[in-house]
Parts: sequence; structure tokens; C-alpha cells
Amino acid sequence: MMEPGLNHLLFVSTAVFFIGVYGFFTRRNLVTMLMSIELILNSVNINFIAFNKYLWPHKMDGLFFSIFVIAVAAAEAAVAIAIIINLYRNHQSIDVEQAEEMKF
Amino acid sequence: MSGSTIIFYMLAALTLVSGLLAVTTRQIFRAAIFLLFSLIGIAGLFFWMQYDFIAAVQIVVYVGGITVLIIFSIFLTQQAGDLLPKQKIGRQVFSVLAAFCGFALVMVQLYQHSFNTTTDQAVEPLVANIGNQMLGVGDSGFALPFEVVSILLLAALIGCIVIAAPFYVPKGGEQNPTSKTASA
Repeated sequence: MMEPGLNHLLFVSTAVFFIGVYGFFTRRNLVTMLMSIELILNSVNINFIAFNKYLWPHKMDGLFFSIFVIAVAAAEAAVAIAIIINLYRNHQSIDVEQAEEMKF
Repeated sequence: MSGSTIIFYMLAALTLVSGLLAVTTRQIFRAAIFLLFSLIGIAGLFFWMQYDFIAAVQIVVYVGGITVLIIFSIFLTQQAGDLLPKQKIGRQVFSVLAAFCGFALVMVQLYQHSFNTTTDQAVEPLVANIGNQMLGVGDSGFALPFEVVSILLLAALIGCIVIAAPFYVPKGGEQNPTSKTASA
């Protein structure tokens, strides 16, 4: 095994991103789709921090970007869960296939 | 092989395996717990890169906040013991193919590209440095995005209350008929 460096971290973050994409494609339950989105956002954070550490160690811009990404992700998760609760109250289900009243 | 290398591979394996289980298991509560371990692995990777502050933020916000929120919403919306429905095999094959093709494309690009590293003096990501730059209004300060994010969080807070409030009573005291049926 090699000494881990930037490429290893980018491999991990790419893999986490596409695991999230796979989950987003296959899941049909809103809560599990939200989990996939969290995985995708986290892979972006790994990328920002890895680039900051290995390519631009004289600045901290990547670190600030990931702090802002975390803040926006927290707000997004809270609003998404409010929407899910509201949808469940109206439909008794959070399956996306059964919430298609606005389709046409 | 040094201890740091072993720790990196262990953290990467924890993140990837539990992330994969989180998107494939058919028990939704287990999916949330595997997501929790995946997020802890990512926080460990931040610790491994010696970005302590961002790792602590990751643990506080994701592991302590968002995952608990997700688990609560699972308790509110799912019957205990229910399995998620099986997906059509065609959709699964398509999803695996799409994810794998995207992954391969990114990896090919990554290994053909050579990154230029800098030789400038590194800045320590200490909390004091982070705080000074975060609230700085000078050349590289982040005061404006900080304020924008605070407005966004306020908007999200109000939006959550408005969206998830059980029903709305207008000033006349009579309940809105549509929300009455919804809350019944």
C-alpha cells in the first residue's frame, strides 16, 4: 500500500459522491433520498479540505467553503424534513411515487 | 507502512463500506445508523488531515444534528419493522451503470491530471486564524458570506415552522377548511 496523498482522498470523495448518486437513483423514499444528498454534500467537503491541505496550504479558502457548505446543508436538511412531515400528514406516505398530484 | 497510513485506510474503508450499506439496506433505520458511521468516518478523515476545527464542526452538525433529525423523521413517518419496497431490477442496473460510468470518468480524468503544488508558507488552520478571517472585512475576509448564511439560517428556521406547523388559524377564529381536513 502506498503512502496516502491527494489522489487517495480524491478517490474516497469520488466514491462517496457516486454512492450517493446511486442511492438517489434507486431509493423511492424521501428520507433515504435525503440521506443520499447528505453523502453527496459530504464528499464535496472532503474535496475542498483535501485541495486546501495539499495544493493551497497558504490559504484557508477551502476550509471556509466547507464551513459554508455545512451551514447550507443543515438548513437544507431542516427544510426538507419539514416538507417530508407535511407531506406525510397529507398523504400518510413519503414515497415519491405516491405524491404525484402536481404531475400534470 | 506507518501508523498514519493504516489509519487512513481504515477510515476510508469505514466511510465507503458504511456509505454503501446506507444506500443499499432495506431497513430504513439501519440505513440511518450506517449513514451515521459514514459521517463519523468522514470526520475522522478531517482529523487525519489535521483540520481539527472542521472535523469538530462535522461531528457536531452532521453526527449530532442532521442524523438525529433524520432518525426522528423516520420515527414519525415509518411503521416499525417495515422493509423498504424492492426496486425494479432494470432501475437498479441502470443506476449501477450510471454511477460506475461517472466514477470511471472522474477517475480517468484524475489520474491524467497533474496538480501543481505551491511552496508558499503554510497557514496553520487554528481556530484563532479561522475566526479572524471569518469575520474580517479586509481583502480575504468572509464577513459578507457569513452574514448571508445567517440570513439563510433565519429564513430556513421560519420556513420550517411555517411548513411543518400543524394547522393555521386565521384571525376570524374560523379554521381554514383544507387544513382542517389535513390535520384530522
